Amino acid sequence: MRGEPRDGRIVIVGASLAGLRAAEKLRAEGFAGSLTLVGEEPQPPYDRPPLSKQVLLGKVPAENTGLPQRREVDAEWRLGVRATGLDPFGKRVLLADGEEVSFDRLLIATGTRARPWPNPAEAALDGVFTLRTSDDAGRLAERLDAGPRRVLVIGAGFTGSEIASACRERGLEVTVAERGPAPLVGALGGTLGTLATRLQRAHGVDLRCGVTVTALEGNGRLTGAQFSDGTRIDADVAVVALGAVRNTEWLAESGLAAGPRGVTCDAGCRAFDMYGIVTDDIFAAGDVARFPHPLFEYQLLSLEHWGNAVAQAEVAAHNMVNPGPRRRPHLTVPAFWSSQFGLNIKSVGVPTFSDQVVIAQGSLKDARLVAVYGYRGRVTAAVSVNQAKWLEYYQRLIETAAPFPPAPGAADRPESLVPVPSDVPDPKMLSHGPTVALTGHLPDRRLTVVQPAR
Amino acid sequence: MNVVVDLNRCQGYAQCAFLAPQVFTMHGEESLLYTPVIAEDQDERVRRAAAACPVQAIVVGKEAGSGAR
Repeated sequence: MRGEPRDGRIVIVGASLAGLRAAEKLRAEGFAGSLTLVGEEPQPPYDRPPLSKQVLLGKVPAENTGLPQRREVDAEWRLGVRATGLDPFGKRVLLADGEEVSFDRLLIATGTRARPWPNPAEAALDGVFTLRTSDDAGRLAERLDAGPRRVLVIGAGFTGSEIASACRERGLEVTVAERGPAPLVGALGGTLGTLATRLQRAHGVDLRCGVTVTALEGNGRLTGAQFSDGTRIDADVAVVALGAVRNTEWLAESGLAAGPRGVTCDAGCRAFDMYGIVTDDIFAAGDVARFPHPLFEYQLLSLEHWGNAVAQAEVAAHNMVNPGPRRRPHLTVPAFWSSQFGLNIKSVGVPTFSDQVVIAQGSLKDARLVAVYGYRGRVTAAVSVNQAKWLEYYQRLIETAAPFPPAPGAADRPESLVPVPSDVPDPKMLSHGPTVALTGHLPDRRLTVVQPAR
Repeated sequence: MNVVVDLNRCQGYAQCAFLAPQVFTMHGEESLLYTPVIAEDQDERVRRAAAACPVQAIVVGKEAGSGAR
């Protein structure tokens, strides 16, 4: 590291939530050097969760989801230009416009993009959309305003399910095609997948599970789709919600451990090179990062979560301007939310890191509950449905590796405290990518008590 | 001025929906929807809502990177 840690040149590649929060944290920690943010999209940082909710419902224009800043960042913004390469020896980031930016320390926060429909000719049909950027959301919202006869949503993960929910709320006919056995099953397992199935059908979704879309039909303009079970539908809009692809291609020649699963880094957000040696001047945070978490047997996690982008960016920024002994680990318990079909679904921990699940409070019948997930006898995750106030309690059980199944609470009596298999499917069975990917090996079993940071 | 709500923190107390109903609305029993870009005449109400949030989930501030265009 050249010079003092609070001086020099820091470049952040990726100007969305993680990049912005890292920039703010760097300045809050006293970084007085030069700061550059490079972003592929022309807009300043904006918030993505509203795109599949407020924006698709027509309540907020797509270009109006800009993020507030928490403090002045005094940065040079290079927006609308993509980073195309990283020279680790010359310590330069190469840009698509032919320019380059030199750095002493670099933060990689390039996130993900929507996985495109695999057939380019079909993907180019008018009426076929993906949803990741505010431009995507603006185009889709405009098309929904025009009142299509039927919307096809391909993939029933969280994004696909939220899109279907917004369409139904607008009164549009919706078909959802999911390769797995139920909506949300890849993230939440079988029990809540069954609840999601019931809810979608109760809200009038034509839900088709265990099928794939084999062809999108049309001549210039989308007219319909064919399914693997031999059926077909007429549709004038299709939204491809097959998960995300990590933006790591620009790092192919960088010598870093970067690939389709993300940029591998240590718990302090320092990137590994391709030999597994940790770098000391290149950091990663947000959706693109892949990091070990002690609560989940040190498996490498890739989290596509809003909260992880914020927390990991702050840890990365802290570690970029502090010497070794003052560095912090990124130990935040993963958490996310989704709003769909009138329900508020919130999750803490990693539900896919489980072998059993139990409805600890409330009931599936009332669609108001807390499902608690366990792995080999300890609590590893909890998901609430319209019961958010209880989740914090279960988060503490996860942080302390409390025994599973949890003891009954005082609030109400659960229907049954007998755990059932969590039925987390093999990701290969899903049509959408997982939002949480467990990508490491299983080391020896270790129980870890994690103290929350600070 | 812009606003963002940390919906991991939000527990649906709905104080903001009472204090600034043009910006924050409950959607269903527990989900919060909000307008990220605030009209100027709502600034004061939104600041009050942010201060009143029992879990301090609301961040209010100038639009990030607004000088960057």
